[in-house]
Amino acid sequence: MSDHAAVVIGAGHAGLAASHFLGKSSIDHVVLERGTVANSWRRERWDSLRLLTPNWLSRLPGHLYAGADPDGYMTAGEVADHIDGFAAASAAPVRTGVTVTSVRRTDDGYDVVTDEGVLRARTVVLATGACNRPSVPAFAAGVPGSLLQLTPFDYRSPDALPGGRVLVVGASATGVQIAAEIRRSGRPVTLSVGEHTRLPRTYRDRDVLWWMEASGLWDQRYDEVEDLERARRLPSPQLVGTPERATLDLNALSDLGVDLVGRWSAVRDGTALFSGGLRNVFALADLKQQRLLDGFDAWADDGARERPEPTRAPATSRLQLDLKYGEVDAIVWATGYRPDYGWLDVPVVDEKGRLRHDGGVVDSPGLYALGLPVLRRRKSTFIHGIEDDAREVVEHLVDHLRTPTSGR
Amino acid sequence: MTVTSDNGVNVQALLDAREALKGAPEAAQFTWRATSQWQNGVHTQIKVQPFFGLGEEQSHKAEHVFDADHPAVFAAEDNGITPIEYLLVGLSSCLSAGVASVAQNRGIQLRSVEATVEGNHDIRGILGADSDVRNGFNDVKVSFKIDADASPQEIEALVAQSQKRSAVFDALTNPTDVTVEVV
Repeated sequence: MSDHAAVVIGAGHAGLAASHFLGKSSIDHVVLERGTVANSWRRERWDSLRLLTPNWLSRLPGHLYAGADPDGYMTAGEVADHIDGFAAASAAPVRTGVTVTSVRRTDDGYDVVTDEGVLRARTVVLATGACNRPSVPAFAAGVPGSLLQLTPFDYRSPDALPGGRVLVVGASATGVQIAAEIRRSGRPVTLSVGEHTRLPRTYRDRDVLWWMEASGLWDQRYDEVEDLERARRLPSPQLVGTPERATLDLNALSDLGVDLVGRWSAVRDGTALFSGGLRNVFALADLKQQRLLDGFDAWADDGARERPEPTRAPATSRLQLDLKYGEVDAIVWATGYRPDYGWLDVPVVDEKGRLRHDGGVVDSPGLYALGLPVLRRRKSTFIHGIEDDAREVVEHLVDHLRTPTSGR
Repeated sequence: MTVTSDNGVNVQALLDAREALKGAPEAAQFTWRATSQWQNGVHTQIKVQPFFGLGEEQSHKAEHVFDADHPAVFAAEDNGITPIEYLLVGLSSCLSAGVASVAQNRGIQLRSVEATVEGNHDIRGILGADSDVRNGFNDVKVSFKIDADASPQEIEALVAQSQKRSAVFDALTNPTDVTVEVV
């Protein structure tokens, strides 16, 4: 006999959206949360972070932004409050402070083992997020111990850094935001740039994410995406949410005086070695941005167009940086995040640590996932993207509950 | 996608191999080999034929023989191109192969693909004349002239994608662990 028809693991926006639709279908369920609602927004983000999506777009199922600044961007604290408000509005049955230590398959569902006992459930929704752990390359082991090394989980603000040069590794949203703020604090900054996604903050006077939504690009389904695996690995776009709606691409960083170097590829004898392929990662990102804007123009079909300046390559870029003699004081690894499924004792994780699922329907009956990149649509990991995904995944879950289990 | 172009690249075979090797990383491990024999002076002859891949010994259908030497301005016999020029040979051929493959995959018909490769080299490094000068290239520049049924933007994208997937571009732009031993 099960304790619940469904157990949702994680009370972020994804888990709460699942709960919202489960509640609407009168499915008995509980949402388990290791910390508090919107925990990672409260504890695992740096001080200045704001949401990349403008407020008007940051809607959750039945819960719209009601503040005075629709074009602004919420701070991490405001996002957490927004998610809290959603939990309250949908009266989600959340149990906070409960850590799941294992999920195991049973004859008719799953045992969800927690630090407060075992819950039996017919179905389980994994809504633990895509960013549980910062991912740092293996060669970090060769970095001299004298350097301060931080991940975005440890980094709060430039105040905690020494005064000398900071090497920021990675040019996704996280890397460019942190590099810019450290540079503005007066410290010299080197940014190591691999493949990245360039986006202007505004295009033709509208937020670029308005275009993503209005043109329908964000609604593209996972089974229509040409190279899904690649789309799921795409680094987050070089965007920042500021009141000025400023673009934070590599040209903006160069203007700030940030030194751009290629992808960090190895450490040899205490020296960081960077790729000489910087120009090509610029070209790839510029071309990709151009194709995106071409698509917006074709959709708008009004003959208007704007084109951002191509990324300016430095005349020469450093190929190495000595880490031993004080040329660099600190390193911030903005090299991505990965989910952590160490507690999931169901064989549904591939050799690269990724969950095997088809649009959130995990490769084990009754197991579901939400809140992963391009889960069912391009917009899946954005706050407003959860609504359509959660509705459809819960529909599948409800069908599964109605299908009689075959006797074993 | 309907493929109407023909650049002579069997893209289907490459795509099939990509799928097959996703689940068989051990078969994807190749070892490329060359053996060389010093001739005289700074002239060396290099032979290339066997290699390892797909789990077993493989072989080119014929042995390929290359001579490397130095030109007269290096007071040498000039029996072949200089070793560092072989890097340019590798880079341009690798990028051109990439352009052809990507074009085929994207249904773009190529008419001509011409690359000029220049490696700037300060030879004070190898001569030991200045310890601040490196031995290898200071920089390398590849210029493509491509005639194809494609827009300039599509051609730019071919060249960018070709660099992204090029073995030699990677080997030149990123460090590689090299062991040299006496056996």
